[in-house]
Formats: sequence, structure tokens, C-alpha cells
Amino acid sequence: MRVDQRLIAEMIAPRARVLDVGSGDGTLIDYLYRTRSCDARGIEIDMQNVTQSVAHGLPVMHGDADHDLADYPDDTFDYVVLQRTLQAVERPREVLRQMLRIGRHAIVSFPNFGHWRLRLQLLTTGRMPMTPVWNTPWYSTPNIHPCTIRDFLLLCEEEGYVIQQWLAIDEDGARAPWRRSIRLANLFGEQAMFLLKRAGH
Amino acid sequence: MDISASPSIADGPVYTHQTVRLDSGLDLECGVHLAPLEVAYCTYGTLSPARDNAILVCHALTGDQYLAERNPLTGKPGWWSRMVGPGLPIDTDRYFVVCSNVLGGCMGTTGPRSICAETGKAWDSEFPPITMHDIVAAQAKLIDHLGIDRLFAVIGGSMGGMQALTWAADFPDRVFAAMPIATSPFHSAQNIAFNEVSRQAIFADPDWHDGHYRDFGAIPARGLGVARMMAHITYLSEEALSRKFGRRVRHDAATAVPASSSPSLFGEMFEVESYLRHQGSSFVRRFDANSYLTITRAMDYFDLAAEHDGDLANPFRKSQTRFCVVSFSSDWLFPTSQSRLLVRALNRAGANVSFVEIESDRGHDAFLLEEPDFDRTIRGFIAGAAEHAALKAGER
Repeated sequence: MRVDQRLIAEMIAPRARVLDVGSGDGTLIDYLYRTRSCDARGIEIDMQNVTQSVAHGLPVMHGDADHDLADYPDDTFDYVVLQRTLQAVERPREVLRQMLRIGRHAIVSFPNFGHWRLRLQLLTTGRMPMTPVWNTPWYSTPNIHPCTIRDFLLLCEEEGYVIQQWLAIDEDGARAPWRRSIRLANLFGEQAMFLLKRAGH
Repeated sequence: MDISASPSIADGPVYTHQTVRLDSGLDLECGVHLAPLEVAYCTYGTLSPARDNAILVCHALTGDQYLAERNPLTGKPGWWSRMVGPGLPIDTDRYFVVCSNVLGGCMGTTGPRSICAETGKAWDSEFPPITMHDIVAAQAKLIDHLGIDRLFAVIGGSMGGMQALTWAADFPDRVFAAMPIATSPFHSAQNIAFNEVSRQAIFADPDWHDGHYRDFGAIPARGLGVARMMAHITYLSEEALSRKFGRRVRHDAATAVPASSSPSLFGEMFEVESYLRHQGSSFVRRFDANSYLTITRAMDYFDLAAEHDGDLANPFRKSQTRFCVVSFSSDWLFPTSQSRLLVRALNRAGANVSFVEIESDRGHDAFLLEEPDFDRTIRGFIAGAAEHAALKAGER
């Protein structure tokens, strides 16, 4: 399991109801079920991953964040997880709204477009940056909605989400030390992870 | 249609099916009380002392209870013998598997060929109209009789999937896991249309005799055969037909239609024609036309949402059943879009649902054929459900 998935798992209370949106090969939900007795389910867009997950006995359905969250009733889950996918969905704001409608908490991780290496590349070469995290050319990247940590904070403020926890992480998923300063995190954090809840809860 | 070659279902019940007779009968949705009720069934494996390892497999329109053993009528292996058996995805070393002939069928369960208690004669075309709920209610009586309170799983493809859904809707506390495969929560206008063509083919047969063909020592073999030929096309895909037959022609004169004048328009026969004729003629040996009409009508009536205020989520609200919905990419009779509709409704109900579309070019019938991803899916879903049901591996 990736280090950032372990960080996500640590945010989730035992026996919680969890929906992992973009569950991949099912590693996280399997972990949550086995070690935390969670009722963990997955939605995954890649059919091979879905088949592999179901073949491992995991409750995973074929679907995607943009189209399949709207069906669930309010408060179906305690946590809805979206790993490294927010930048690739059609309507990120709507996806977040749905996540915090059907779940009491949302856990969102995304690659930070404010990282200094991206800023420097754009400034010096005048071309779309290519880094280990942003590693597909602009014409074929699935990442159609890149954002920075600061952008995301602003959106949370606009939407009235309470940030219960946030951290910057490096590409391997390990926690980065920029916890107190948003400015530093936005400059040096390769990825960010947020634990959100609705205001007034 | 040549039907003289081998023993036919028209010859009467020459085979003894394992049957339970329930004198209390069954109240049908149409208001008729059907008594006695007989349910013919097969079982495989051993029921655990806790009676918690039973899997009910529901057969499709023209299937029967001979799931994993030689079919006494056709002599062929059971229709799902590649899926059900020791060590197979539905593992009879671990599970007690039950399969019963549906109500209205012609393999031992009460149906049009049964004797009506009031008249002392066979029901034939007077058999009351039945629904998927009646079919499932009859199965539930069998499950009661077997002393099983809760089924570990109900699994079925096509019309069997309709039964699996109906079980989950009608008896939510008695179904721990449900696997509706290549199916739909309602019969679409296209599905009904195909069934109607089948039925009209039967009605148009001079041997139909308003459904009382048995009184005339006849069976509407041509009509039923055409019905089967047409239906069989809907079970396949264009790709599957092309791969299997292409445009190849049979030059075997004996099998061609006798021509009155030559050169004839039909002097030779495409292989696909020959195949369909074989499908038609072998079907009429084993299936009763009145059963075909009764069961296709039950399928046509099937619409779970309509019965629940138009919302398909309603019958599954508060359901604790674990669902695994499976569709096949080339199935145009029960397309993936219908499975997705079902999955969405299950999500609206907050149910625990897995959903897989298996990549296959073999059409609706793919669920009966060798599809490794499908096998893995069934095996995995059952294993996952068993883990949740706290069934210990190897427990008997």
C-alpha cells in the first residue's frame, strides 16, 4: 500500500462506512475492511481493476466520480475518499459537493500545481511543465483541472467546508514537513491531502 | 420440423424428477389458488448443520433443474455444469446448491402439463397466468420444505436474474447475497416484442389447437421451433454468428429443404440456417409450448419499479443483501445499460453492490459459456460474501 493510502487509512475511524471513489485495485478498501472492520466499498472506472477487485471479494462497482455519486442518499457514508483524482474529473466542485452530501467527511488528495518546480519550468521554458508527478504532455493528460493548494483552500472556503486536517506530501506519499505554512506547503508540497466536513456538523 | 427421432416431452412424464408435493398449494397473484403445488428440484453438496450454506441457482426461460448433472431428457450435461461442482466457482464441496424447475415449467414442477384438481384434466392452455413473484414464491415453499431459513446466495442469469432480484425484493431477510446476471429489472418493449413473435409463431401452427394440442395427440412443433429459432438469435451476437458460421453454405443435399422445382431458390442451405433449425427441432423435443407461453408472459409482466411506485430503489431500501450485478458487453437482449439502471437504483437504496461488465463478444449466452473473468467474478463475490457471512472455509 502506498504511504499516502496509509495516511488516509489513519484518518478513518474503525467500523466506519467508507466509499473509495477511484478505488483502483482495491488496496485501500481491502486494508480498511481487514484492519479497521470498515464497511468499505469502491467505485472504479477501469473495468480490469473492477473485475480484479470483485474477484478478490471486494464490493466494487464500475462507475466514475462525475456520474455515479449523485445516486447515493445523503449521509450514506462516514467517509468518501478521492485519491489523486480531483484534477481529472469533469466537474471538481460538483464532485466535492456530492462527496460531502453522501458522506459526513471527505478525504481528498491531489497533486499540487503550485509546486516550485512547475512554477520554475513554466517561467523559464514558457512551456507546460513536465515533472515526475505531472508527467503526461498537455494534449494527452487526463488532468484537465489542475489546482494549487491555495486554490483548493479558497474553494473550501467558498463552499463552506471545514478543513479538519490537511497535509502536504511528497510524490512517494510521505508526509512533508510544511504543516504550519500554507505558503511553504504550496511551494514545496508535491501532493496535498485534506480531511473535510460540512460546516455546521 | 422432424421430431420423431427421439423421445419427446410430448410422450408424457416418462422421467421421474425429484419432486416435493405441497398440498397446501400456492396463492397466485392473479387470485387463483394452485393446489397441490409440486416443485421438481435437484441439489448438490451438503447442507451445513447450521443450514447457512445454501445457494439457490435460478434457471432461465428454457432451463431446468438439471444444473450440474446429465439431463435425463436430452442426455446432455447440466446447463451450468462448468460453473457448479466440486472446486468450481459455485463450489459444491462448500455449498449446498439447490436448483428447481420454475412454476409453469415442464420438467416436473406444476405447470400447464399438470392436472387441474377441479377438472381432473391437464391445465394445458388454461393454466393461470403467473408472475415472477409466483415463481419465486413457489421456490420459497421448496426452501421452507428443505428447512432453510436464509439462503446464503441466490444466483441466476437472464430470467434467473429476474428471480434473484425478486427474491431480494420479496424476501430481503432470506437472501444474504444476490447475483443477478445478464438480466434487467424490467422486461423492455423490445424483449416483449421478441416474445410476442415467438408466441404468434406458436399460435399460427395448425397443430396448436387453441392450446389443447395434447388432446389431439399433436404438438405445435413448427411454431415452437420457429419461436426457438428466433429467440436463439437474440441470445447470440452478430460477431458470434459471423465467427461461428460466416456465410458458409452446406452442400449436403440431404439436409436442404426439398425443392419442388429446380433450380431452386433454397437448394442449398447456409450453415447458420442449419444450426437454427437444429436448435428449433431439438427444443421442441424437450419443451412444452404452453409452458413457453406461460413463462414468457411472466417475463413480460416483470417490472419491479412499476410495482413499487415507479422507483426501483423502493424494493431494496434497508436491504442488507450484498449484490453483485454482472452484464456482458455484447449482450443486446439484456444490455449493460439495464444493469446500470439497476445498479443506480441499488445505490439510491444504499445497498451494498458490486457491478462488473464482462468483456465478451458472445452476446447474452455468454453467461453460460467459458468466460474466465466471469468465473473469477462469481468465485470472488461468493468468497467475499462468505467472509462477511462468517462462513468458515471448509465448514460443512
